Amino acid sequence: MLSKRIIPCLDVHEGRVVKGTNFVQLRDAGDPVELAALYDQEGADELIFLDITASSDNRETMVDVVRRTAEQVFIPFTIGGGLRTIGDIRRMLRAGADKIALNTSAVQNPRLIQEGAHAFGSQCIVVAIDARSNAPGQWEVYIHGGRTATGKDVLEWAAEAEALGAGEILLTSMNRDGTKIGYELELTRTVSRAVSLPVIASGGVGTLEHLAEGLTLGEADAVLAASIFHYKEYSIGEAKRYLAQRGILVRHS
Amino acid sequence: MIGIVDYGRGNIRSVEKALEKVGFEATIMASPAELSTVNGLILPGVGAFADAMQALEQGGWIEPLIQFARSGRPFLGICLGMQILFEIGEEHGEHTGLGLLTGRVVKFPPGRKVPHMGWNSLRLEQPSHLLEGIPNESYFYFVHSYYAEPSEQKDIVATSDYGVVFPAVVGKDNVWGAQFHPEKSSPWGLQILTNFGKWVNADDTLSSH
Repeated sequence: MLSKRIIPCLDVHEGRVVKGTNFVQLRDAGDPVELAALYDQEGADELIFLDITASSDNRETMVDVVRRTAEQVFIPFTIGGGLRTIGDIRRMLRAGADKIALNTSAVQNPRLIQEGAHAFGSQCIVVAIDARSNAPGQWEVYIHGGRTATGKDVLEWAAEAEALGAGEILLTSMNRDGTKIGYELELTRTVSRAVSLPVIASGGVGTLEHLAEGLTLGEADAVLAASIFHYKEYSIGEAKRYLAQRGILVRHS
Repeated sequence: MIGIVDYGRGNIRSVEKALEKVGFEATIMASPAELSTVNGLILPGVGAFADAMQALEQGGWIEPLIQFARSGRPFLGICLGMQILFEIGEEHGEHTGLGLLTGRVVKFPPGRKVPHMGWNSLRLEQPSHLLEGIPNESYFYFVHSYYAEPSEQKDIVATSDYGVVFPAVVGKDNVWGAQFHPEKSSPWGLQILTNFGKWVNADDTLSSH
């Protein structure tokens, strides 16, 4: 049967992996290609690189990271951050990325989802949503790395993204990101039930118990985590053993 | 030398890098004229059945691919590249495939998330040299919304379970297909590519004598 996925996320700034709290206060966490290869060996199911520099003059650095990663990493990996056009998407896929995460550009130009899915297949178009709760049971879509409110409702946007041909939703709780108090389970569950696409839970994981909660109570298909793996608080292997003990189906390699 | 068919559909580079990683030389082929220079062939593919067939047709690949298969040299289709080995695809209407294996490609029935995306385990249905050393229940990475229904049960080498049990590896004589992505299924996927590479090299030895 299909297993649940553990996905380490690497925020990349000018070619280095960094981690901050609530999108600020960046700390260096290593070389992206080295970390990616390590995660592959440890049994990570996929990887996501988010380019948080994402200015166009920096694009070449990221293409190089993708190329080098494709030479050493033999699990699927996704690239996101600042990709605005079909040409940007094509370039990353040709460099060896398997999937593309669209966030701000998809909100500003939803046709990009449609065109990307048509040109390269839905399986490689991940729509990343940064969600902030503004009332109980209601979440608003934010863009520009969480700095700009859009007035869009998260559930409506997720449904629209699915209709346009997205293949997966990467759902980040801005309220929880960097806090280590656990995923925002109500958000995750609500979106998982609202779409028939796989949902990746993100934002707030601090313990292995949180990973299990995201997959069970949150009803997510995959869980994303950054700092707990980068700073070696837990290894991927420990996380998988823990989830297996909790009766969650995970891949053993 | 292993040829990888480049018809603009699929992550060609990943297949090439994975073969390199396990020690086999591969060449990306933009034209069917190069088929005579390779001992084994990989047909990758992502996207839709009809679209892939159309791209192959535009590139003048169809007849040369069929001839290659008839020559007895090892031929491996991956993901959509496996699906188009069959006679008929039911994705967006009914479309003709390469017909190297008999059967149809059909959509997953409702009641599950589609695409089937992620790591699923393999059940080995019969021994094969492609899956040599692969343990039963090992995991591979899948992304697909359709699956093959071979008309010959004996062409099914391994299956996976996604609410329906479907063929994950098919094969007949020298023509084989994997519904998952071996190039993205570290570590066991790389083992399959190793097995394929060894087979190609062994075949090379035979033909040079």
